[in-house]
Amino acid sequence: MALLEIRNVVKRFGDFTAVNHVSLSVNAGEFFTLLGPSGCGKTTLLRMLAGFEQPDSGEILLDGKDVSNVPPEKRPVHTVFQSYALFPHMTVRENIAFPLKMAGWSADKIAPQVDELLEDVRLSKFGTRYPHELSGGQRQRVAIARALVDRPRLLLLDEPLSALDAKLREEMQIELINLQKEVGITFVYVTHDQGEALALSHRIAVMNSGQVEQLDMPETIYSYPRNRFVADFIGQCNVLESEVKAIHGDGTMTIAIKGCGEMKALAREGVTVGQQGWLALRPEKIKLDRELPELANEAYFKGRVHDCLYMGDVTLYIVEVGEGVRIEAMLPNSAPGLAKLFDDNDLVEIAWRFDAGSFLTE
Amino acid sequence: MQERLGKWLLSWPPLAYLVVFFLLPSLIMMFAAFRYPGDYGGLMPLTSEDPATGKLVLDITLDNWRDYLTLESFVRLVDEPLYIELFIKSLWYATLTTLICIAMGYPLAWLIARSPKKYRDLMLLLVILPFWSNFLIRIYAWMILLGPQSALSKAINLVVTAFGHEPVSLLFTPFAVIVCLVYVHLPFMVLPLYANLEKHDMALLDAAQDLGASAWQRFWKITWPLSLPGVYAGAALVFIPALGMFAVPDIIGGTEGIMIGNLIKQQFLETRDWPFGAVLSIMLTGGVLLMAGLAAAVGRGKQKAKQKHG
Amino acid sequence: MAKRQSWWLWAAAALAYVFLYLPLVIVVVYSFNDSKLNAEWVGFTLDWYHKLFNNREMLVAARNSMVIGVVSALAATFFGALAGIAMHRYKLRLLPFLVLTPIAIPEILMGVSLLIFFVLLNVTLGMTSIILAHVAFCIGFVAIVVRARMQGMDNSLVEAARDLGATPWQAFRLVTLPQIMPGILAGGLMAFTLSIDDFVITFFTAGVGSSTLPLQIYSMIKIAVTPEVNAISTLLMVLTLCLIVLVSKVSPGALRAE
Repeated sequence: MALLEIRNVVKRFGDFTAVNHVSLSVNAGEFFTLLGPSGCGKTTLLRMLAGFEQPDSGEILLDGKDVSNVPPEKRPVHTVFQSYALFPHMTVRENIAFPLKMAGWSADKIAPQVDELLEDVRLSKFGTRYPHELSGGQRQRVAIARALVDRPRLLLLDEPLSALDAKLREEMQIELINLQKEVGITFVYVTHDQGEALALSHRIAVMNSGQVEQLDMPETIYSYPRNRFVADFIGQCNVLESEVKAIHGDGTMTIAIKGCGEMKALAREGVTVGQQGWLALRPEKIKLDRELPELANEAYFKGRVHDCLYMGDVTLYIVEVGEGVRIEAMLPNSAPGLAKLFDDNDLVEIAWRFDAGSFLTE
Repeated sequence: MQERLGKWLLSWPPLAYLVVFFLLPSLIMMFAAFRYPGDYGGLMPLTSEDPATGKLVLDITLDNWRDYLTLESFVRLVDEPLYIELFIKSLWYATLTTLICIAMGYPLAWLIARSPKKYRDLMLLLVILPFWSNFLIRIYAWMILLGPQSALSKAINLVVTAFGHEPVSLLFTPFAVIVCLVYVHLPFMVLPLYANLEKHDMALLDAAQDLGASAWQRFWKITWPLSLPGVYAGAALVFIPALGMFAVPDIIGGTEGIMIGNLIKQQFLETRDWPFGAVLSIMLTGGVLLMAGLAAAVGRGKQKAKQKHG
Repeated sequence: MAKRQSWWLWAAAALAYVFLYLPLVIVVVYSFNDSKLNAEWVGFTLDWYHKLFNNREMLVAARNSMVIGVVSALAATFFGALAGIAMHRYKLRLLPFLVLTPIAIPEILMGVSLLIFFVLLNVTLGMTSIILAHVAFCIGFVAIVVRARMQGMDNSLVEAARDLGATPWQAFRLVTLPQIMPGILAGGLMAFTLSIDDFVITFFTAGVGSSTLPLQIYSMIKIAVTPEVNAISTLLMVLTLCLIVLVSKVSPGALRAE
């Protein structure tokens, strides 16, 4: 049985439907992420899990029991807030001890528990400080320690890294993964940062307009987005207008990319000949050179470099193939030296394997 | 150079005015406390007119200053418990007023701070508006409300007589004084409280609830301690003017309800014993400074406690 | 996001509002009451207003109040604006102390010390002494409003003016002054209101023939309460209300600055 089960949950604010018939389940010990742009309903869903909002319909089951109408203070679920929400008039120790006090623990039992948590988040020396005397990363760790101290069944994290700068964010990501492994508590993590989601999660639910667009492992979501929204939202992606020309029995089909020509692609269930759709293709899966061999299982086009964006570790080349069709290809700058291979207006050839992209119908 | 000139031009006119019409009079009053009263009230002069030249001559010298300066008025204050008792009574009235203002102002300030933004300014304006109406009118309004023919008086006396007691008078009593003091000072409590409560991060209350705190615990563990600076500021703004109030007890307090301010007024305008009036004023100033210092010290104490760990 | 508050909180707040307004409403209502007693509603009349406008003493007092209000507001605005600007610009010690203390201490202390001061200097108590006293306590209110306005001003504006070739004086006159003008106006109107309404300090610094409206009201309610007081109170409330609306129009937020 899943630890958390969300069944057909709907939440409206006036005319606006924030969460629209969402169903999903989270397993015990999982690092689960709700990913989506702002306003997609992920935070509302999280607040319903915490108990700050009640669903208009549907059920939220925790360990098999419906908790939809249990107030936040009675749920074995804690939240790490975006702003951390550390109590400014309490020291780090007092902040971490807060949930234990509320639960009625005696002082002599509280102290060792708080010590342990302080050690877990490497803040043992900072117990007597006030929140305003800590750095951003330290505050973050206090917020996490405070939410973990009474071992909740579920920890909810609401964009906890968004206030940190890029470098610190990376460090904290590693720390979060280690912490989650160590304590073994289930994390439900909300973010709009796809990189963060891919790096941290066991599974990701991509949300848009109150609905789950795709729920999968990070690598599946990245490589085989289910629809244009997911393809667009996560990473860079070529989305090329196409039409199905023929379906073959071996799990492949032939498609025609508008303005380019025909090529083989992975077949997709439920498509019919003549159907319009899009081919989603990651730039780094495309081969690019002055000359390339024409292989049977690859699509192959000639083109001209229109623009290049040098980004240090990689360079993004925008190649014009046919009339007005531009395809982005990304090459690592891993060769010694300056390692930039082409310039604007160079004539090049590009190719990709038939299973490098996926055909989208919506 | 130009910077200096600007500073000088800007600050000297108001500084000079306030030195002459505030600082100097205050110092003169302090000094007056050590002098003898004059034959016909006021102060015994330190100068006299030279009959020959018609010029003013300073009579007081290093040798004879004992004839002109005295601690007599201070001794009188300490000797007669009546005055100290009146001062303590005034302190008590001011304290009571402050506490009632907190009890009434807190829910109001809290509600305004938690109301939708578009209503907040209006709700706040409605609190401030009565404060801008004339002070005497506000006292006078309570003369009507507490007067013997008012509905309030009649209702209370109906209950009182039903229990077999003599009918009571509300007007010209300490009760009337407290009611009026609260009425006059309530906005001073609501404003700083609101300013404080409005800044509270609502996420803190969510966090406390999320971590298991009930509504009652959320108030006493989070909201109340965080609002203390506002409470202290409001308390100072209510307590200080309430302590020195003379118009309210003068108009509505009768003989029972008088405060230290009435005594000061009496010394200056009726008995015309200025040195003693000055002594009473110094005592009032002391009370005010004590309160202001206390509020500041509590505020600074918190600050220090925080820095100590830094 | 505002959660619904519990009913008892609304009840407490409503009670506080009733407490704040009931007395004033009663004064206004009784000013139109056709009865000598402030006890119950008899019928509508404008008699008390008629009486008021035929009361010579009251008219003289009103004129005095106006003169005192205008003169002391003008003077206090001048001194207060300078003080507000200086307090914002420079780190000063004595000036903020002298500006703010008169506001903080009980009024009676200032009243009696000015009384001694004027008597010792042989200044005849009257209009002059009242105006001098009013200016002293109004400076602080103007200074606070002006300083708040200065603090709300974008500092880079002056720097931009200097950068574009303005002298310090030009930068002040062409950039700073227009920016803080609403604050100065609001401060002046506040000073006028405070002066018109002041009782305590006027009480100690007034002499024969310099009665103001508040002093007149005081003697009326001390001696014999007649509904004429209701009428003058109502008029004064309307006047104050107009001034307050004016202040909030020229500088929203100025009323809260103190």
